[in-house]
Amino acid sequence: QITELCGAKRVGYFGPTQFYIALKLIAAAQSGLPVRIESIKCELPLPRFMMSKTDSDIRFANSAELHGTKAQIPYLISEKNTFKRMDDEDKQQETQSPTMSPLASPPSSPPHYQRVPLSHGYSKLRSSTEQMHPAPYEARQPLVQPEGPSSGNQGTKPPRHQASLIRSFSVEREPQDNSNYPDEPWRITEEQREYYVNQFRSLQPDPSSFISGSVAKNFFTKSKLSIPELSYIWELSDADCDGALTLPEFCAAFHLIVARKNGYPLPEGLPPTLQPEYLQAAFPKPKWECALFDSYSESMPANQQPHDLNRMEKLSIKDVADFPVSTEDMTGDDKQALKSTMDEALPKDTSEDPATPKDSNSLKARPRSRSYSSTSIEEAMKRGEDPPTPPPRPQKTHSRASSLDLNKVFQPSVPATKSGLLPPPPALPPRPCPSQSEQASEAELHPQLNRAPSQAAESSPTKKDTPYSQPPSKPIRRKLRPENQATENQEPSTTVGGPASVATVKPHPIVQKQSSKQKKAIQTAIRKNKEANAVLARLNSELQQQLKEVHQERIALENQLEQLRPVTVL
Amino acid sequence: MAVCVAVIAKENYPLYIRSVPTENELKFHYMVHTSLDVVDEKISAMGKALVDQRELYLGLLYPTEDYKKRYGYVTNSKVKFVMVVDSSNTALRDNEIRSMFRKLHNSYTDVMCNPFYNPGDRIQSSRAFDSMVTSMMIQVC
Repeated sequence: QITELCGAKRVGYFGPTQFYIALKLIAAAQSGLPVRIESIKCELPLPRFMMSKTDSDIRFANSAELHGTKAQIPYLISEKNTFKRMDDEDKQQETQSPTMSPLASPPSSPPHYQRVPLSHGYSKLRSSTEQMHPAPYEARQPLVQPEGPSSGNQGTKPPRHQASLIRSFSVEREPQDNSNYPDEPWRITEEQREYYVNQFRSLQPDPSSFISGSVAKNFFTKSKLSIPELSYIWELSDADCDGALTLPEFCAAFHLIVARKNGYPLPEGLPPTLQPEYLQAAFPKPKWECALFDSYSESMPANQQPHDLNRMEKLSIKDVADFPVSTEDMTGDDKQALKSTMDEALPKDTSEDPATPKDSNSLKARPRSRSYSSTSIEEAMKRGEDPPTPPPRPQKTHSRASSLDLNKVFQPSVPATKSGLLPPPPALPPRPCPSQSEQASEAELHPQLNRAPSQAAESSPTKKDTPYSQPPSKPIRRKLRPENQATENQEPSTTVGGPASVATVKPHPIVQKQSSKQKKAIQTAIRKNKEANAVLARLNSELQQQLKEVHQERIALENQLEQLRPVTVL
Repeated sequence: MAVCVAVIAKENYPLYIRSVPTENELKFHYMVHTSLDVVDEKISAMGKALVDQRELYLGLLYPTEDYKKRYGYVTNSKVKFVMVVDSSNTALRDNEIRSMFRKLHNSYTDVMCNPFYNPGDRIQSSRAFDSMVTSMMIQVC
């Protein structure tokens, strides 16, 4: 039915336009809408589709909008899936097809498109729900079989049953590789880089520090590549061989994994475009700023995310990526909210990239699709990634739970600062955050040790502090204090007692009226300081351990010396 | 010029062994195996002495061998590197051997840094390590 509608039968193969229509129709079918041309106009899961009225218009619109709209998105999504299942040579061909489709050369790539239906159903699956498996698969079957890549069909069946995590993971990667393809396989595009940065930040809040080996191992293992391949990718990307990945190293590794999943053989050496220096230079500064905001959004509860979105206009993709971090706690409804917010953000993203004609458009489309899919993908991924990052999360809940009243007041900023700034190791709690001395009032804010007493002090000054001021009274807060900037100042304060808590509540509403930007800037600075603190604390502990060892050696040596002395004397 | 390089784990099983593909390759393996005893003897002989970096290089292990000399090197984690060198052409200086072992040690730590590498596995996935060993084996040929 869909085949007929999209005119594939007429053309004899799935040209790009037919394919796009087919995808749209499949999405409609999955959503339960009747499969008609009109349904193409509906707002289906991939909202950026702009279908024109008639069939011919649709096709025209498809070809006209090749550069940036829906066609790209489902096409890319499906491409990803297709790549995942195809053989290497097929994958090679299909990487060709993304570039070819924008060029609107259907005849040259009918086989690719034929294979794409295999995947687009898959992508629709992801976009809708997993229960739609049978539907798209059925749709796929008639589409596929006429063309005949039955092998591809077989290939699709097992992957279908893989965890959505894996699917989404591979899907996420493939479009990135698609967008990459026009340039060269080893060049990372902007959207890809943003995505990598988001992933990096999900593993490690501080953009400038490392991801440890074990964390990265868990993360990359999810890509379902074989261990030797992952080992080789690590070898390529960890340039300084320190067992940890900095952000450029991480991006290079991620990119290699994406490429590998799409069938590219791994290079013998790290390509020049993936060198850390190159990547480092290529990283624009603003992204780091966005990263800070993003980390805020990460920690924020789901309902706060749209709020953050408004603030962070240009971080659409990052926001999307960040949403999943916090979506652990989120339900499906939140996902919808995220998607909607993401959708809002994405148009902004499109507007941001003028760039080259086709590539930019296609790139825009791809990140959109990527981010779109990434919400569901990353949610699953985040759940999968729970083991690597447990520490921030529980603390997040702590922060929210511990001072409900304050939380109501500060909702946006407080939890964000807390979890976003949380350095994973719980060993940090005893250490106040000296770096956050910015808030003099926060000095009175309850330090980890002190409880409510500081609240009284807090109440008065805390204009900016209130965002960060975690409810002092709770002992659980101690952990969060380090992240809450102001702690260092709080330490000297001796805290009074419980009644102060009441007082603190009052100023908080007042504080709330502070400009959010101001808070953000302060939070940003505070977070930076906290992170620096965390790093220094870790360094300190390591050095102390070394010192202990050296002491022990010295003691052993001295013992030996004493034993020898009587011998010599005698 | 090393004709055979072997990395032996703490429990004396080989993590990596590679020789110049000539005949008598098995002989190299045997030589490495016998040299393990010598290495263990030297390790235990250190006894109370503090194991520092310069002691890692064990020097010539079996001097009575005709033309193939073996050198040993042990790390702080009791991972042993054994190298069989062919001294037929040029007599390799001690420093050269030491530098070769240092390179080997560096490559080995790089392999260790890879989180996908389980300590105790055979070192078969690290191409950098392989290339480094290959360079050592053919450099003076």
